[in-house]
Amino acid sequence: MSRLLHTSFLPSSTSLHSKSRSSVPNFRANKPRIVPVRAKIREIFMPALSSTMTEGKIVSWVKSEGDKLNKGESVVVVESDKADMDVETFYDGYLAAIMVEEGGVAPVGSAIALLAETEEEIADARAKASGGGSDSQSPVSPPPPVSEAPAVVEKKVSVPPPSIVSASSVHPASEGGKRIVASPYAKKLAKELKVELAGLIGSGPMGRIVATDVEAAVAEGGAASAVKTEVPAAAAAAPGVELGSVVPFTTMQGAVSRNMVESLSVPTFRVGYTINTNALDALYKKIKSKGVTMTALLAKATALALAKHPVVNSSCRDGNSFVYNSSINIAVAVAIDGGLITPVLQNADKVDIYSLSRKWKELVDKARAKQLQPQEYNTGTFTLSNLGMFGVDRFDAILPPGTGAIMAVGASQPTVVATKDGRIGMKNQMQVNVTADHRVIYGADLAQFLQTLASIIEDPKDLTF
Amino acid sequence: MQSAIAIPFSQTSLTRPNTVLESTGSVFSTPRSLRFCGLRREAFGFSTSNQFSFRSERIRTPIRRFEVSAAASSAAGNGAPPKSFDYDLIIIGAGVGGHGAALHAVEKGLKTAIIEGDVVGGTCVNRGCVPSKALLAVSGRMRELQNEHHMKSFGLQVAAAGYNRQGVADHANNLATKIRNNLTNSMKALGVDILTGFGSVLAPQKVKYGKDNIITAKDIIIATGSVPFVPKGIEVDGKTVITSDHALKLESVPDWIAIVGSGYIGLEFSDVYTALGSEVTFIEALDQLMPGFDPEISKLAQRVLINPRKIDYHTGVFASKITPAKDGKPVRIELIDAKTKEPKDTLEVDAALIATGRAPFTNGLGLENVNVVTQRGFIPVDERMRVIDGNGTLVPNLYCIGDANGKMMLAHAASAQGISVVEQVSGRDHVLNHLSIPAACFTHPEISMVGLTEPQAREKGEKEGFKVSVVKTSFKANTKALAENEGEGIAKMIYRPDNGEILGVHIFGLHAADLIHEASNAIALGTRIQDIKLAVHAHPTLSEVLDELFKAAKVESHVTTRTVSEKVAV
Repeated sequence: MSRLLHTSFLPSSTSLHSKSRSSVPNFRANKPRIVPVRAKIREIFMPALSSTMTEGKIVSWVKSEGDKLNKGESVVVVESDKADMDVETFYDGYLAAIMVEEGGVAPVGSAIALLAETEEEIADARAKASGGGSDSQSPVSPPPPVSEAPAVVEKKVSVPPPSIVSASSVHPASEGGKRIVASPYAKKLAKELKVELAGLIGSGPMGRIVATDVEAAVAEGGAASAVKTEVPAAAAAAPGVELGSVVPFTTMQGAVSRNMVESLSVPTFRVGYTINTNALDALYKKIKSKGVTMTALLAKATALALAKHPVVNSSCRDGNSFVYNSSINIAVAVAIDGGLITPVLQNADKVDIYSLSRKWKELVDKARAKQLQPQEYNTGTFTLSNLGMFGVDRFDAILPPGTGAIMAVGASQPTVVATKDGRIGMKNQMQVNVTADHRVIYGADLAQFLQTLASIIEDPKDLTF
Repeated sequence: MQSAIAIPFSQTSLTRPNTVLESTGSVFSTPRSLRFCGLRREAFGFSTSNQFSFRSERIRTPIRRFEVSAAASSAAGNGAPPKSFDYDLIIIGAGVGGHGAALHAVEKGLKTAIIEGDVVGGTCVNRGCVPSKALLAVSGRMRELQNEHHMKSFGLQVAAAGYNRQGVADHANNLATKIRNNLTNSMKALGVDILTGFGSVLAPQKVKYGKDNIITAKDIIIATGSVPFVPKGIEVDGKTVITSDHALKLESVPDWIAIVGSGYIGLEFSDVYTALGSEVTFIEALDQLMPGFDPEISKLAQRVLINPRKIDYHTGVFASKITPAKDGKPVRIELIDAKTKEPKDTLEVDAALIATGRAPFTNGLGLENVNVVTQRGFIPVDERMRVIDGNGTLVPNLYCIGDANGKMMLAHAASAQGISVVEQVSGRDHVLNHLSIPAACFTHPEISMVGLTEPQAREKGEKEGFKVSVVKTSFKANTKALAENEGEGIAKMIYRPDNGEILGVHIFGLHAADLIHEASNAIALGTRIQDIKLAVHAHPTLSEVLDELFKAAKVESHVTTRTVSEKVAV
């Protein structure tokens, strides 16, 4: 009965075989696309293996690049919506370049590999494949007929591994950062989302890279990349929000959400301090023309204070131990299009204020151009969040997981103050509020840190060295 | 089929004298012909308490009524004690194998005792199939509830699914207790004497149990089973480096667990752990995951059970050293190349499960008293489970079944072997056809198989000069599977096109473990494809997957199966 009611699956292997044989020429007959690039570099297309198939997944490449192919040999196994089928070549030649890797999905009709007729042409074909078919020689890849191409985030971040692994991310067993310790799912996600694991800091036990780290990297990168493209749209979008609608989280919002929820597992506390900024403001006015920004000044001041209080620059990841981070990397929260990214000023205690300012400008530019490398936004050891420019005089911040403390900076405002000698005066004051992980940083630590910070800001001569 | 797996037997075995049994007064009206076994779930007259339902452990074939009535006359009294022995049959080990043998022995009118040094039920019930099915039942549901896409396609909305670890663990433990009680009660109800203490063989037909209790029996069955095998270099602490014994208690759900070995046990646990949120790394010594399965099945299974899940793997490597987590350090696993033995990699994980197979539990059995030498711990036996001693001769009245003989390490195989032995000692020669014993792996979806894999069948066909054909069908073509939104899966049948004999059937898909029995029964009974293809399957059911296979097979000859009464052996 079922045989009458259901049709599609062909139950024997021989018939599967014959099907793949017949469907491929059909496809080719419809769309003859033998590309006359110089001599004979041909494309191997994703065949239509069934009438309903719109895209196919490469199960495995039977042949590898450089292999000689004979007409009729199977080259690749493709999974359609029905079954796996071997796809054969119709020409002799060499498999020059594989364009869709195993596990990849390609729309029917799109090129999945290049076939060179002679060995000499392999290099040409490869060049062509790496050029993405857009070189001027010929219109190599006609637009795929199906528009739902795999939505792969084209954001391969390649990072020279040894230089960027900051001390805090070194897994105890990773042999000084040579080995990357990542959980199975993190590896899988990284491959899928094209994130280089070498650039990430692990937030898992013993500094292991876990899936959320990969997602966070994508989200932050994604936020950066969103800047350029969405600026015009965003302006229009703000008033155009559809009230009452349910909007699913974007990847970035999801990552933020997870991070924020995760932060709940850390026992935090807050200590506030009011700092006079007259001297700082005066300094700022003086060196503003040299390109120094207030953000850089605050970062520098914070870094100098942290250098004297290493515990505030430490981080606790597993609840059993904590790391005195070897470098002071100040992450500064920046809002972009409703998103958030934290470019990092590395070694802010050591870099001079002018370089630091230039670096900051560069980071912001990079963030706008979606070119931030992972170590430029996820290696922070201490975070600054400043809402002063909106006139906010005080607020508190949530501690980003994996760091020890974050400082919320309010606006510097003229304030009437009573001085010790019994007079009333006017001073510019700003309130800062530090949120810290009480597992490793205690009240006295923060208090001393803030005292140091206040003394640096109130007497900022050290900042310009 | 006959030609394929007939086991040669000699005429002498048909006329083997059995004076002792005859002296007990039991009437055996059937000829002592060599028959394929009838395995019985429960003894005659015991039908009310058959809720001890360990899964599909048995193959059921028709038993002739007159046999049953003959047995029933003596079943009530657990047989009459023989003059010279304490018991007709003593079974050492009350696992599923021993239990199956005991029940069948009582049915055959034998006075039976079973010796257990630990808990009734053995590995299967206490530390194996049974509790793992409880965990897998949970993991299956978790998987479904977590699969938003799946739920959405049903039009269902489910809020985030969560679980309580202790609750899950309790379910597994309660199930084991329940089945254990059922097993114990079933034997007590029939009058099987359950003797407590470790049993050992003192001399032929003489057994010691506990401290110094010595009893005699006409026949002895060793059914002591197996324990998890732990390769050297691996330190098991029971907390972070564990075996299946510990894992089934589910005392923790680690974030990242390495599973050493990707056979049945490893695969089932990967299903449980990933459903409960762990990430898994497989370590497999062979070059591919899931060795032992039909290659095509393992390929598809890998695409469904491994690749989309939070699992990665290292193949072609041994775990040469595993150190448990200590002093804040993670579990450390050193990997060496399986061939060159060179160090390959080091892993640090939260836990490691050793699922490298099982080792026979045969130490301290007193085998030296009957001059038996174990081979890698396994007790050598012939095809009738008769123990072979160091000189290659048979030890009279001594049998070994189940994991301890290593023929086929499955609970239901042990039980079938036990029943086969009881058949023999009660006067009917019998050889069990292991190729008709199905096996199942209870992942989601399940994997099941019976008979030969495709490469095995092709090799055999080449050697013996017959053609081998294969038919396949997909669960995507099955209405019921599609209704359940579970179209993922295939079934394949390997057969002889010349005579329609089924050589092997492999299923990967929804309820595969339940579906296999139509095929295993057909193999056991020698049913040919040309006959079974005419049988009717209810529509719409998953069983139509097999119907598809039978109907798609192309058999050249149309000779029908000989009727069961004519059948002699398979």
